[in-house]
Amino acid sequence: MSQTIANPPDIHLGTEYFGKPVNRVDGPAKVTGAAKYAAEFNVPDLYYGVVVNSPITVGKIIKINSAPILRIPGVVQVFSHENVPTLAWRDKNYKDDIAPGGSPFRPLHEPNIMFNMQPVALVVAETYELARYAASLLEIEYEATAHQTNLEFKRKDGFHPGKEKSSWTPPPPPRGNPKEAYEKAPHQHEAEYIHLAQHNNPMENFATTAEWLGDGKKLNIYDKTQGAPNVQKYIMNIFGLSKEEAHVVSRYTGGGFGSGLRPQHQVFMAVLAALELKHSVRVSLTREQMFSFGHRPHILQTLKVAADDTGALQSLQHETLSETSQFENFTEMVVNWSGVLYQCENVKLDYELAKIDVYTPMDMRAPGAASGSFALECALDELSYKAGRDPLEFRLLNYADTDLNEKKPFSSKKLRECYHQGAAKFGWDKRSPTPRSMRDGDLLVGWGMATGIWDAGQKKAAAKASLTAEGHLTVSSATNDIGTGTYTVMAQIAADTLGLPLTDVKAVLGDTTLPEAPVQGGSATAASVGMAVQTVCKALGEKLLKLAQKMDKSPLKGIDFENVQFVDGQIRANEDISKTVAIKDVLAASGEDKLEAEATASPDMLKQAPYSKHAHNAVFVEVKVDEELGTLHVTRVVNAVAAGRIVNPKTARSQVLGSVVWGISMALMEESVMDHNFGRYMNHDLAEYHIPVHADVHDIDVILVEEEDDIVNPLGIKGIGEVGFLGVAAAIANAAYHATGKRVRHLPVSLDKLL
Amino acid sequence: MNSFTLTKATTVEAAVNDNAAHYGSAYLGGGTNLIDLMKGNIERPTHLIGLNKLPLHQIENLPDGGLRLGALATNADTAYHPEVQARYPLLSQGILAGASAQLRNMATDAGNLLQRTRCYYFYDTATPCNKREPGSGCSAIAGFNRIHAILGQSESCIATHPSDMAVPLAALEAVVQVSGPDGTRSIKFADFHRLPGDTPELDNNLQRGELITSIDLPKKGFEKHYTYLKLRDRTSYAFALVSVAAALELDGDTIVEGRLALGGVAHKPWRDQDAEALLKGQPATVDTFRRVAAKVVQGAKGYSSNTFKIELAKRAIVRALKQATEMNYPTDTNAFLNSNP
Ligand SMILES: Cc1cc2nc3c(=O)[nH]c(=O)nc-3n(C[C@H](O)[C@H](O)[C@H](O)COP(=O)(O)OP(=O)(O)OC[C@H]3O[C@@H](n4cnc5c(N)ncnc54)[C@H](O)[C@@H]3O)c2cc1C
Ligand code: SF4
Repeated sequence: MSQTIANPPDIHLGTEYFGKPVNRVDGPAKVTGAAKYAAEFNVPDLYYGVVVNSPITVGKIIKINSAPILRIPGVVQVFSHENVPTLAWRDKNYKDDIAPGGSPFRPLHEPNIMFNMQPVALVVAETYELARYAASLLEIEYEATAHQTNLEFKRKDGFHPGKEKSSWTPPPPPRGNPKEAYEKAPHQHEAEYIHLAQHNNPMENFATTAEWLGDGKKLNIYDKTQGAPNVQKYIMNIFGLSKEEAHVVSRYTGGGFGSGLRPQHQVFMAVLAALELKHSVRVSLTREQMFSFGHRPHILQTLKVAADDTGALQSLQHETLSETSQFENFTEMVVNWSGVLYQCENVKLDYELAKIDVYTPMDMRAPGAASGSFALECALDELSYKAGRDPLEFRLLNYADTDLNEKKPFSSKKLRECYHQGAAKFGWDKRSPTPRSMRDGDLLVGWGMATGIWDAGQKKAAAKASLTAEGHLTVSSATNDIGTGTYTVMAQIAADTLGLPLTDVKAVLGDTTLPEAPVQGGSATAASVGMAVQTVCKALGEKLLKLAQKMDKSPLKGIDFENVQFVDGQIRANEDISKTVAIKDVLAASGEDKLEAEATASPDMLKQAPYSKHAHNAVFVEVKVDEELGTLHVTRVVNAVAAGRIVNPKTARSQVLGSVVWGISMALMEESVMDHNFGRYMNHDLAEYHIPVHADVHDIDVILVEEEDDIVNPLGIKGIGEVGFLGVAAAIANAAYHATGKRVRHLPVSLDKLL
Repeated sequence: MNSFTLTKATTVEAAVNDNAAHYGSAYLGGGTNLIDLMKGNIERPTHLIGLNKLPLHQIENLPDGGLRLGALATNADTAYHPEVQARYPLLSQGILAGASAQLRNMATDAGNLLQRTRCYYFYDTATPCNKREPGSGCSAIAGFNRIHAILGQSESCIATHPSDMAVPLAALEAVVQVSGPDGTRSIKFADFHRLPGDTPELDNNLQRGELITSIDLPKKGFEKHYTYLKLRDRTSYAFALVSVAAALELDGDTIVEGRLALGGVAHKPWRDQDAEALLKGQPATVDTFRRVAAKVVQGAKGYSSNTFKIELAKRAIVRALKQATEMNYPTDTNAFLNSNP
């Protein structure tokens, strides 16, 4: 499965570790418990804050009566809009790097209630148990007014969001004549596809330990986040702190899936309390409270697709209505992909928002594409049957060799190989085309497939490298590792760039004193931080070479950096590898006890601009259905992913395995059910918000189809954290149809829908 | 969670006396339900009486040929007990279809019977609920009611009893032994749990302060023909949407006696003796089973999100009886059989 890649084009990168299934370097710390998460920093003299949430959805707070609970010994303070000190209040102070357009929620700022479970107070006490008890007794008088939380009632109130967020691209203008082409085509399909809100639910609950350092406003802020620098800026802007005062640390993150991209309210609460009380404070949210902020939005999607008798797509129209809050316009790319994935001249894509009384939705693993690709890939499956084509054949017939949205060639695209390798492994050629025609005993068997597409991006990131006289290298960056393997990838790239054994390399991250990196998201971290690490190690290498050349009788004198290699702890001349200097000797001779470099890597816009850069996958799924009872099992999945060069096939495979489980979850289980009478999500715990258990997960085969691509970035990395999940839910729904002849277009495919 | 005191009783008498002496006290078994409810402020006992030191952990044979499950025997120990596996495999299957291995290691048999409903609103103090706060209203009737009752519900509550273990116990006609301030008594399983009526705050017919000491199984275990079929939203670690405990005694193809109890459909494990009567003396065929199934759901009523359960229950009954007759469960390694984890 893992392919060893021929020497990457970049001259200094060795292949000792790059492309190899190296174990996670942070694995031992995680399994022994040495890895500490935000709520585990037991700093001395800690107070505990418990957040109180609004039971109403819209209205205002009339009165908060904190006096009774303040009389309980051990209760320290109750913070609410009534007593919060004057803080920054302008929108821009609350806008974090990931904030969508609009006016961010300002915790404890005003008595108005805008969504159910809005945090309205923080009760601080000497123990967690006491804080929780006191919080349960806090009397708050509300005045509720009417609310609307149901997107179904907002079908006529859609609007086009402005381009208020730089990372969001509005759908391209229509091309060709989609309406007419649809009318004329012999095979047409139109349907609506729906899923409700879904909550990210990472295993680690949100928490912040704000350690007061006894010195003015200086704090160590241990936060659960996907981006310490983003949290730092947010805190600095609201509380008027300096970088030194707002030191944010997030070395380990127990999953995020997008929920940690934006700072959440617990960090505001913990910092507020710590500064006001001049005391260390921890605020952790409960699982129920994890439903009090963002989510993947409830979305209604209409697909109109048509093909001619040869199976060629004639028209593709994809229109969506997605929820957002009253105060921000959350945007994600839902429909754009539909214009890229297939060859079709007549395309209309439309994306609208409607405001309801919920908290602003947020990015959740493969935001936008997850919803869009589900609808698109189910619709195309339906059309393939109407056009009398095998679903795979149908996709190959309409394969896009260029990106018709942007009218650009792809920097690389091995989706065709994904189709072929995936189909071969799965045995797709043995599929009987007719629904309900395959059986295993009393069970109906269904085979379905689908495709996924995701962006390949590199973002600007910085890193630092420090080499000691003993030959120990530390590479560091303020990036985050949400379980994706960033630590390991950093160490692998550093070790190969400077020719050191992995055991001599240490990766450090998740700390705002380190060089800045963007939030860990969009599957761009391996590329962005990987490039920063390589760049800084090369800078360090140049310094080493200069020092080596200053040594007595140096064999490397006069040789350019381009003409040396770093291998086995040595610097060697390319044309004569007997000319070597040991790296340890360089430092010893220089008299320095360490050598350092810092560098920033930015994407090469000029090189990238002419190309469209994407990762793809093809998913093949087998389901077995007990028709009488409606129960469905996903018995087999083959997921072939083309995501550039794979730095570490082991961690990459883990990402794809997790993606498949995530896809099974989206297809069969996940749904945050809102009781619109209350405007409140009701299944707000993991007993009732279902995600798969082991018994729901069967055979999963991962195929990594490697791509050579030095346009995306010199390392050729596209990122794999999200693309592997795309297509899975659609493939399962398609397989369910093939098994039963029933189309379920409203996720999840639960047993009642198959009865 | 409010503050509370905790004592650990070593005799049944001491436990009962301690309870009588403290207003607002509760017995603590494995704590897997009670402690969660306390954390969520749904239950607010001021005094807990730990039961773990009571000599009620054994599983032992009774002189009349039955089996006594000590109140404190864990769900795991019960399910894997050789006597239970050999003589009451239906019960073993039922227990193992519930919760997770970790929970079953902690959960006690008595606690399992007394676990409270999983109604979303019951667990969320921000919403009205007659069971939690009598008179406040039932949010589920006009709300989200996927896991709610279709049989025996009332205008004041449509909650279900969530226990799996209780369903085979109902089918097997277990007897619950209790000790209370007024002495000991035996309660037939059918009379143990109750329907909500106007007092949904009461889940069962225990009197205040009564302690369960054991659950007694009668001799007849239906060990030859049985099935516990559980249908749920994922393969393990989820409560039943519908579950069926079916037990048959066959003479050739003729049913001598049949028992049937349903979980996930009512405020108590649902047994319909009129429907069971339709099994007696009949051939063990799908036709017979369909008639029985139709009888069970006669008068069933669904709500916005659970009407599907009526049809599901019918099909599940037929399937369970069929499986019990044939005893040829699918052996698919992919755990297709929905009753086992
Ligand atoms: C996530 C989750 C999933 C679950 N899934 C399932 C499932 O699928 N199926 C299922 O059946 N169950 C399930 N359970 C519930 C589990 O089976 C119960 O929590 C457990 O059986 C309760 O037993 P316990 O001993 O821990 O009871 P406790 O929590 O200790 O007590 C429960 C109640 O019984 C009372 N009590 C305890 N012992 C006695 C006694 N001897 N006399 C009188 N009163 C007593 C207590 O006062 C309390 O009111 C699940 C639980 C969780 C948390
Ligand atoms: S069904 Fe019963 S438990 Fe649920 S809200 Fe209604 S009264 Fe409460």
